[in-house]
Amino acid sequence: MGRRLILTGNDAAAEAMRQIDPDVVAAFPITPQTELMHKFAQHVADGDVKAEFVLVESEHSAMSATVGAAAAGARAMTATSANGLALMWEIVYIAASSRLPIVMPVVNRALSGPINIHCDHSDTMGCRDSGWLQIYSENAQEVYDNVLQAIRIAEHPDVLLPVMVTFDGFILSHTAEILEGLEDPVVRKWVGDYESKYTLLNTDEPVTYGPLDLQDYYFEHKRQQIEAMRNAPKVVRDVGKAYGEISGRSYDLLEAYELEGATRVIVALGSTAGTAKAVVDEMRAAGEAVGLLKIRCFRPFPEAEIAEKLSRAKAVAVLDRSVSFGAPGGPVHKEIKAALYGTGCDIGLVNYIYGLGGRDVSMDHIRQAFTDLTTIAREGTPSDGVRFLGLRD
Amino acid sequence: MADIMEIRWHARGGQGAKTASLLLAEAAAMEGKYSQGFPDYGPERMGAPMRGFTRISDEPIKVHCAIYSPAIVIVLDDTLLTTVDVASGTPDDGVIIINTIQPADAVRKKLKLDGRKLFTVDATGIAIDEIGRPIPNAPMLGALIKAVGLLSLDTVVDQIKKKFSHGFRPEVLDGNVRAIRRAYEEVKAE
Repeated sequence: MGRRLILTGNDAAAEAMRQIDPDVVAAFPITPQTELMHKFAQHVADGDVKAEFVLVESEHSAMSATVGAAAAGARAMTATSANGLALMWEIVYIAASSRLPIVMPVVNRALSGPINIHCDHSDTMGCRDSGWLQIYSENAQEVYDNVLQAIRIAEHPDVLLPVMVTFDGFILSHTAEILEGLEDPVVRKWVGDYESKYTLLNTDEPVTYGPLDLQDYYFEHKRQQIEAMRNAPKVVRDVGKAYGEISGRSYDLLEAYELEGATRVIVALGSTAGTAKAVVDEMRAAGEAVGLLKIRCFRPFPEAEIAEKLSRAKAVAVLDRSVSFGAPGGPVHKEIKAALYGTGCDIGLVNYIYGLGGRDVSMDHIRQAFTDLTTIAREGTPSDGVRFLGLRD
Repeated sequence: MADIMEIRWHARGGQGAKTASLLLAEAAAMEGKYSQGFPDYGPERMGAPMRGFTRISDEPIKVHCAIYSPAIVIVLDDTLLTTVDVASGTPDDGVIIINTIQPADAVRKKLKLDGRKLFTVDATGIAIDEIGRPIPNAPMLGALIKAVGLLSLDTVVDQIKKKFSHGFRPEVLDGNVRAIRRAYEEVKAE
């Protein structure tokens, strides 16, 4: 039986980390992640966990310490937001290319400037090509569940890649809501003990991390990273199914919400998917054929599954909470468009950039997008294919 | 949506509206309900206008956005009445509970408001008497429970005790509990 809890997203992530009790956690505070590490530090101070907690002088050092610990064979975690992630940048790539199964909650926040502490996805979308898996969370329950699953996904021998579990700053990180937590022994058994196969500390089988790797083998090592990422979808799915057996909540790469018979579909990720579900419920009750496709796993991108799920729609609106400056649409939109290429489908497609810097996306905004889709279903992809939602003129 | 009770808090930074919006959600959870409590973070300075939000429902809550049409509005500072449209989006039968020493009809005039149900209470006065500081959040919870029911007063008191038994000195905690109970008794319907 689970425990009924009311926690903020930050506290939900900290609760999962308490139960995981990693060997090493290195962190530097940044809004809106601060309370997460504050809570975990409290667990360390109270003796609730045995984790070695390393307070560092910057996020670059936080990721460096985490990488060092993981290379030594430790189960290592950190967490950050926005500019903190940007400062980690160099080492974020090194974590992935060193195949270190680090799990990092990232509390989504707009990148400066101008300075803004509120939610958008510009931080994690910016490092979508860094070689980390990215799992987006809709609510506090998913924050908790995703952190627990991420450990098993990252450490799976077919993957051995770091995982970001992202959740919307303030909208989730600072909202208290109801979730169900697992009992400590259940989580202990779920994550198990971590035994690195390639540890720096094993002198019988010595390994090297981070060597010079030039024209001779760098390319082949990148190929191995590509293959590991290709292996990930199956592992994400298997872990999601296994998690369902201990929690009653199964997970997949995507969540199809009321897609059965839906001609107008919104694609969203993060907390906006929840708001879109509330609108879909309301419109379905009024007899309208609308649905939502929630992308849970953005990296690896479940291209074929998305194309299949959207194949019966007449009009699709893709919501992007970040900008890809100079590109034809937001990051999610471009990938959806690419996923549909060559499938022979005839779908009117529109992109909405929304919610930058924490601009609220209300149910009215979602209703407006569905209303637009009625025209697009009839007339096809509009010439102004990239629009804004909730932007003042 | 009609099944979700939506409450919006208007206050100034430092008056405890964030804590109150979360505490009410936590108290609702103690009664087995689904709930959300969250503040609308602005520049985070003392005295700046800010908002808090609470949702309470018998069913899981999917929506994650601000509250635009609250059935209940709680105003922790009556100097906001002329600068912020506190009644915005409230339905005709909405409830507005205000921390003020002014009579309800004067408040109504200030808000230029028809309909709605107004309640007033001197939460700041009560807080100064009972806690020794002008922090009106706890008494406003008492006023809310009296005005609209929603949860039992004992649940709210229990949750305050649970949440602050480590953070507050016993006399401050007792003062908060007395303040809630006094506001519950003293809140006036228009």
